[in-house]
Amino acid sequence: MTRPVYERPILIRHQSGMMNKFSRVQAMRPLTHIDGVSVDELVATYGSPLFAFSEKTLVSKFRELRDAFTQRYPRVRIAWSYKTNYLDGICRVFHREGAYAEVVSEFELDKALHLGVPAEQVHFNGPYKPESALEKALPGGTTIHIDHFDELALAEEVAARHGIRPEVAIRLNLSAEAVPAWSRFGFNLESGQALDAVKRLVGGDRLELKGLHCHIGTFILDEGPYREAAAKISRFANELRERFDITLSFVDLGGGFASPNTLKGQYLPGDQVAPSFSRYAEGIVEGLSELDYSPQEMPTLVLETGRALVDEAGYLIASVHANKRLADGRRAVVLDAGVNSLFTSFWYNHEIVPAQEFRGVPEPTVIYGPLCMNIDVVRDTMLFPQLKVGERVVFRNVGAYNVTQWMQFITYRPSVVLIGPDGRHGLLRRPEQLQSIISHEEMPEWL
Amino acid sequence: MERPLTVAVTGLNATDNPGPGVSVIRSLRLHPDFDGRIVGLAYDTLDPGIYARDLVDDVFIIPYPSQGPAALEARLRHIKERVGLDVVLPTLDSELASFIALEPVLEELDVGSFLPTHKQLDLRSKVHLSTFGESAGIKVPPSKVVSSVEDLYRIHEEVAYPFFIKGVYYGATLVRSVDEAVRAFHGVVARWGYPVIVQAFVQGDELDVVAVGDGEGGLVGALPMKKTFITDKGKGWAGIAIKDPELIELTRSFVAALNWRGPCEVEVIKDADGAYHLIEVNPRFPAWTYLSAGAGINLPYAVVRLAAGLPVEPMHDYEVGKMFVRISLDQIADLADFQAVTTHGELLSQRGED
Amino acid sequence: MDATAKLKDLAVSDTGFVFDPYSGSTFSANEAGMKILEGLKQGLSRAEIVFALEEHFEVRGDDLARDLDEFVLLLRRNQLVPADFSLS
Repeated sequence: MTRPVYERPILIRHQSGMMNKFSRVQAMRPLTHIDGVSVDELVATYGSPLFAFSEKTLVSKFRELRDAFTQRYPRVRIAWSYKTNYLDGICRVFHREGAYAEVVSEFELDKALHLGVPAEQVHFNGPYKPESALEKALPGGTTIHIDHFDELALAEEVAARHGIRPEVAIRLNLSAEAVPAWSRFGFNLESGQALDAVKRLVGGDRLELKGLHCHIGTFILDEGPYREAAAKISRFANELRERFDITLSFVDLGGGFASPNTLKGQYLPGDQVAPSFSRYAEGIVEGLSELDYSPQEMPTLVLETGRALVDEAGYLIASVHANKRLADGRRAVVLDAGVNSLFTSFWYNHEIVPAQEFRGVPEPTVIYGPLCMNIDVVRDTMLFPQLKVGERVVFRNVGAYNVTQWMQFITYRPSVVLIGPDGRHGLLRRPEQLQSIISHEEMPEWL
Repeated sequence: MERPLTVAVTGLNATDNPGPGVSVIRSLRLHPDFDGRIVGLAYDTLDPGIYARDLVDDVFIIPYPSQGPAALEARLRHIKERVGLDVVLPTLDSELASFIALEPVLEELDVGSFLPTHKQLDLRSKVHLSTFGESAGIKVPPSKVVSSVEDLYRIHEEVAYPFFIKGVYYGATLVRSVDEAVRAFHGVVARWGYPVIVQAFVQGDELDVVAVGDGEGGLVGALPMKKTFITDKGKGWAGIAIKDPELIELTRSFVAALNWRGPCEVEVIKDADGAYHLIEVNPRFPAWTYLSAGAGINLPYAVVRLAAGLPVEPMHDYEVGKMFVRISLDQIADLADFQAVTTHGELLSQRGED
Repeated sequence: MDATAKLKDLAVSDTGFVFDPYSGSTFSANEAGMKILEGLKQGLSRAEIVFALEEHFEVRGDDLARDLDEFVLLLRRNQLVPADFSLS
């Protein structure tokens, strides 16, 4: 007779509201492979922790977004939002698929140009475009999205200096349904500020207004606000045509589409509430139908989707370093990856699955990172199966914002790896070492 | 003669803020033609309805909606295999999205349901109610969606005090000052997350309707009720069926505007001038649904038939003046039953089975 | 009251449902937990319980003594054994 396999002893006190054992854990399956490559192989090759990206998912999400919009609207352009993930390899995957670049700083502009993106295929956003940035962008043919009156004046100055007439867009802010205006960016539409900006631009006669841009917010779980924003932009475009004879070549609805992540404070899981690309597309295209443009002159619809394109492609693989029992009876797990690598754990209740087969009763478990800091909680209490030291877990949907917002804090940042469609894999970014950090330090001579 | 149906009903949390499940089950049991079995679906091992052994044949614990549809699907497959299911009748707001997402699975399992669509659910949601009301020509008190406490400090410029703070799914607190508003806001967010809805307070009589839409714009039946006894928690503890053709017409226009499919509860305020203001539409049966059965239009039974693909005639006549008066009642339960629910997550009617 | 007296009144079903008649509290234990409770009821020592676990289960590199101490901590926290109870 075979003996039962030992599992650590547990005793769970029954409390009302805490006794439902039929959870996601029951439907939880281990994630042993990513696109056919085993997690073990990845860790053996690159160490733990590590970020892994699926090229297959990057491409399929891109095409899904493109198709959802092109089926409903004739001219669509996707500009890859660099700030979401500007690793060269990730950007190249999207550029190969035909994406433009959307940058928000001189650094990101440099990065896009260095990657070989033609200057005229870059949309340059953001409230801070210093003179040096405009000197680079405008003569090169990059489209800047003007954020404020001071920038408008500066852009005119630069244009005059070079004797050019750059094509520009202006950024609007507006309130759409429940979403309040992000009034710190761009010109307010409802108050007439946006119209003033256009008057000023037309009067200055140095820039060519070719586009309108608005970005209503982030992680918007409903297509309604996009419909309204698109409709408001359309009506504004109609007004510009009537009053100033301006025909736009593009309207840019920004980004903000949700990924399957679950925000903290969100009751239903994200994969259940995030609208599909089709629903967003339906809303936006419905709003754009208010444009009084003939079919031949319909402006290009620009999308700056970041998170919803890359989040699902990213995985963080981490290892169990220790198991603990907290004073309140909860189980705690210490991983080798913390909030320094997984910045988004401040916003999301990330989905975490074991990377190997598991058994046993799941227990309320809190998951900590390796930092000697109280804030290093990568996942608040969740039902999680018992894992042994050295076993691995995989965080899903971590492709957006982590490898740009991560911190070099207390420890090194890990490797980032791309898994190709044919099972090949290779580094996107080497793991940091002591030299990566101290090579930028100097020692004042008197020390 | 139709075969007896096995009907699963959720919402067995018959607490002082009761879920509608027990009321729905009692309605089914009251119908002379119902000879099927009832499977109770509960979220907590102490949901009181589990221990109503005279009402519920079998009980299964199901995963919370926050666990997502995959977990629910696995559980429903198990239940179907274990005791068979013909119809499932969810009764709670927060679980509807999961059940709607699982409609293809239910179909594959040959389990009938009669649910609104995602789109219908969205349009009547508190977030969108005022937009919808406008388009359907129904008055809705001004409301505002807020997603941060800061929004509350200036909200009085748009919605005057007092007003209601409401959660996406449940809960409404009348607040008179910014302090009360902030407190209520945090309470609602802790429980149901974002966003939070601020809705203007309208003075008048609160009236409720339980209704069922046939999914094609038609009204299967509607029963208007006025609460006659409200507890200090704001729950209707007694109520009376009233004659209000205008309110039924309002309900009919709601159902027609959305092609509403399934049960709903329409809450209105009738102001001093006799005008109706639509406060809320809940996409499910209310906890006082049993009154509909008692007054002669058994709406839960109608929904079960619709879910099973059986014909239902619209019902118009109900007994005006029928009342419900709720009672709290201590049931006696066996530790063995509690143990079965806790360890196995199920409690079957045939005893001696492990 | 000595440690085992209270433990002896603890009702442990073969499914791991545990009922403490003194407090009215109920618990769920897994198989290893049930095995330890059984040992404690019999008044076994630390080493004897560890041995019993090793005998009953297929153990793959787990630290049984540490798990046992942790479990006793849980029993103390839930007042199923006296606060000063520790295994000999």
